[in-house]
Amino acid sequence: MMARVVHAIQCIGCPIGCGGEVIVENGSVSEMTGFTCNKGLAYAAEEVVSPKRMVTTTVRVSGGSLGLLPVVSASPVPKERIFDCLRLLRGMSVAAPIAEGTIVVSDALGLGVDFRAARDISSVQ
Amino acid sequence: MAGSFGPGPLPDSADVVVIGGGVVGCAIARELSRFDLSVVLIERSPDVATGTSKANSGILHAGFDADPGTWKARLNVRGSRLYAELSEGLGIPRKATGSLVVAKDAAQMETVAELRHRGIDNGVPGLEIWTRDQVIAHEPNISPDMAGALWAPTGAIVCPFLATVGFAENAIRNGVRIVTECTVTGIDMADRQIVGVRTTRGRIATRFVVNAAGLHSGEVARLAGDDSFTIKPRRGEYILFDRSVGQLVNTVLFPTPDKVSKGILVAPTVHGNVFIGPDATEIDDPEDRETTAAGLGGIIAGARRIVPGLPLGTAITEFAGLRAAAGKDFIIGPSPAARGLVHAAGIQSPGLTSAPAIGEVIVEMLQDVGLRLKPKASFVPVNPEKPRFHDLDRESQALLIASDPLFGRVICRCETITEAEIVAAIQSPCGARTVDGVKRRVRAGAGRCQGGFCGPRVTAILARELGIPITAIRKDSIDSWLFLSRATLEAGEASHA
Amino acid sequence: MREFSYDVVTIGGGPAGMAAALAAREAGAARVLIIERDRELGGILQQCIHNGFGLRRFEEELTGPGYAHRYIDMVRASDIDVWLDTTVLAAEPDGVITSVSPHAGMTIVKAKSVVYAMGCRERTRGAIRTPGSRPAGVFTAGAAQRMVNMEGYLPGKEVVIVGSGDIGLIMARRMTFEGAKVKAVFEIMPYSNGLTRNIVQCLEDFGIPLYLGHSVTAIHGKDRVTGVTVAQVNDRLEVIDGTAFDIACDCVLLSVGLIPENELGRAAGLALDPITGGALADQFRQTATPGFFAAGNVLHVHDLVDWVSEEAAIAGRSAARHAQGELPLSGSQRSVAVGEGLRTVVPQRLSAFEQGKMSVRFYFRAAKPMGASLLQFWADGVLAFERKLRVVKPSEMIVADIPVRKIGDAATLEFRVLPAPEKIEADDEIEEEA
Repeated sequence: MMARVVHAIQCIGCPIGCGGEVIVENGSVSEMTGFTCNKGLAYAAEEVVSPKRMVTTTVRVSGGSLGLLPVVSASPVPKERIFDCLRLLRGMSVAAPIAEGTIVVSDALGLGVDFRAARDISSVQ
Repeated sequence: MAGSFGPGPLPDSADVVVIGGGVVGCAIARELSRFDLSVVLIERSPDVATGTSKANSGILHAGFDADPGTWKARLNVRGSRLYAELSEGLGIPRKATGSLVVAKDAAQMETVAELRHRGIDNGVPGLEIWTRDQVIAHEPNISPDMAGALWAPTGAIVCPFLATVGFAENAIRNGVRIVTECTVTGIDMADRQIVGVRTTRGRIATRFVVNAAGLHSGEVARLAGDDSFTIKPRRGEYILFDRSVGQLVNTVLFPTPDKVSKGILVAPTVHGNVFIGPDATEIDDPEDRETTAAGLGGIIAGARRIVPGLPLGTAITEFAGLRAAAGKDFIIGPSPAARGLVHAAGIQSPGLTSAPAIGEVIVEMLQDVGLRLKPKASFVPVNPEKPRFHDLDRESQALLIASDPLFGRVICRCETITEAEIVAAIQSPCGARTVDGVKRRVRAGAGRCQGGFCGPRVTAILARELGIPITAIRKDSIDSWLFLSRATLEAGEASHA
Repeated sequence: MREFSYDVVTIGGGPAGMAAALAAREAGAARVLIIERDRELGGILQQCIHNGFGLRRFEEELTGPGYAHRYIDMVRASDIDVWLDTTVLAAEPDGVITSVSPHAGMTIVKAKSVVYAMGCRERTRGAIRTPGSRPAGVFTAGAAQRMVNMEGYLPGKEVVIVGSGDIGLIMARRMTFEGAKVKAVFEIMPYSNGLTRNIVQCLEDFGIPLYLGHSVTAIHGKDRVTGVTVAQVNDRLEVIDGTAFDIACDCVLLSVGLIPENELGRAAGLALDPITGGALADQFRQTATPGFFAAGNVLHVHDLVDWVSEEAAIAGRSAARHAQGELPLSGSQRSVAVGEGLRTVVPQRLSAFEQGKMSVRFYFRAAKPMGASLLQFWADGVLAFERKLRVVKPSEMIVADIPVRKIGDAATLEFRVLPAPEKIEADDEIEEEA
């Protein structure tokens, strides 16, 4: 007997938010309906197998014009590892000055995902 | 004795202890500060004006409501005159708007005529019966469905917080010590004479206590073995409207009163807003300030009978206040059970108006029960003026910024309140300790965005000026902390794991 | 008091102010100034640390600070003047702007053109009249967002969110990331006011329930919030008896709508649209006060910052042309109306078209959610243009370019949205004008 599962997926690729279905048969995607761009198709296919999300949070800053630095993952993080990444970042502190794009953590938890500074923070004496 | 304000320490002894930092307690303390006495005022909250004084109609009644001969009648008219004399010097915003009691029909016109006669008996000056046309000419937005009104030119409006703060600050400048976050737990007696007050901050020895504890004055009386009265809290709900509709009414508009209350009014505030309310609900819990859908609906319906075109879309906040009702009249006088204890209790409407006059009679009564009064030559009757940036012309504003650059940083954009004013409100002798305390003194956060923009900034300024962490900043009451540190949650998460 | 003169001044240095200033400079305005109240440029974007900005404008997904940064870099690279920590007290219809700052005191600027770019503010509890007590722990979502993302403090541990606006949804995830428990989101309408992607990745990802058609009927607590009472509402938004239940929480975040921050305009007698809360503007984003333009959330609340940048560039270019005396004076303006299915339109006025202009872009908000729909443009009672929409949501702006030849010289102009007779696979593309 063939295992056929229909997943209803709401695309989060862009604000249009297409809703569609992904049909998985014997562990692989056999059919997708309702998605209107290639990005959406790629997202939907991945969402049923290994869902991933971009992660944004803040890390502490020492000696900066602001006390917190917003950081963003350079690529999506496996959903089940989001909180592990947050825990790692929560314990961190970086020293000002910081330039936007600076890698704050590289290859976080061996996931192959870097976290980068999302803005500049100047230092204060 | 140098005056002070804050959570302790409680002095070991005082000539007089005033319990309660509402408008009544603060007015009494200020009246006592004319004399060579050590006076300590005890307040359970972090600030003055946090009970009945913080949420009421802010009206200086002309004085025609009360029956002649009552405390209410006598003190209202006297209080109304005192505010006219004192307000400017104490920095209390007051506007002489006059008031109207609107009569819907001939029967109500009769009631209004009775009110006029009662007012004349009480010594209220200038009362007139106005025709429908006179009323409409004065109040274009009023419902045309009415017969006329009673015009009271001495009716006025006042800011109830700043009235309390004005009295408190002047009391402090004249040596009164206000100890906050201090709850009375017992009254010590020796042979039916007061000898001390026990509190959550220790004991203070005294032979004279004034009970101005508002909603809790019944409990305070019982601590001295006096169960001569009980406070029945009566809740009233209000809706406040934005300044953009401040032109809706020019005077205080009352409906013709019934037996229970003065009814739902529509009135301006000294800050240019308009409010409607209050209703009257008897409740058991003296801290129950919840508004209700039914209550708010009721005051909207009531207010619409006076002003049909109520701009509900411009409402900025709703709140409930509690009146410390204890019967028909105020309870003012020496306790029948404890020598040295004098009550200023059961102060419902017109309590705000009467407060300075209550101060005068309480001092007389303390003298009658043995307190020796020696006038103090150093008494200063006024508070230094506090500049209000928003109210000044451009040239004066520019001069202020030149004198203090922080006048150039606008923190509350809705009300145009500058950082310098907020710092001054915190550093003043009766300085703000809470976010609501700042709001009540300088109106940062009192506007249409209700602190959405300036709230985080005011919190940061408070922390900086008081030298305490953000997590120690409170909204209003002792346990009303606003923010947690991230570490708190991290610890919580670890303990769940 | 020091006095300055500029060709174009933008009041506000958020995404709208920066984009308008840059476009004004590019269009030839020699002296351009941005006046910003905060201590840095970027406006609300600086606290929106989540990603999802810029897909349209930069064709990549940026965080709020990242999007702001692109514009801040462009402003820095230009010769546009920037006054930070400076509050405008008044902008008179003759272009005289009075501002104050701690470092420069009171300053007068004479501007040939002014661009309003003050953004918007959050609706409060008072505006939605939620009964109950007034304890600590009730915040608008944006105020909480600033405390969490910029100051590093949390407004509570157990959170209930009122309203399903995007900031509320974003804060549901943010608070979850910070270790708080978000118990539920309550939306009084039968549909969400947030973007679908935010419902998926901010609520569903974390199992946070979204209750549609539910109203918070009371907030409880004396010192801190202790809980809320919630009830179901009917289609007239009235509470249904017997449906009330209580939820314990120590924090209530409100995400119940945004209002253009138009106090400066109102004080100067600016004509406002009662529905958008913003100015009435024409296709140049010129308001009814000549020489005063408006862009971004002070004009109408946008769903995406990308549209804000685009609109602000129109306003900035127009402001520059006005400063140079080149903006065609609108002799007669036609008003643009919205009919069935729509709530707002911007621009609400059409001035005379520029030479060579091929189309006019309109931005709409729908009155209610709909499936496959047709956006119709009626000129003098005749259907002149139609655009297919796969789906219509009040939370998302509808954007349409109407060819100038379809508008012609019709006196009455009206837009409607109607259900489409058949399923629509994809929206008609917006035609980009070179």
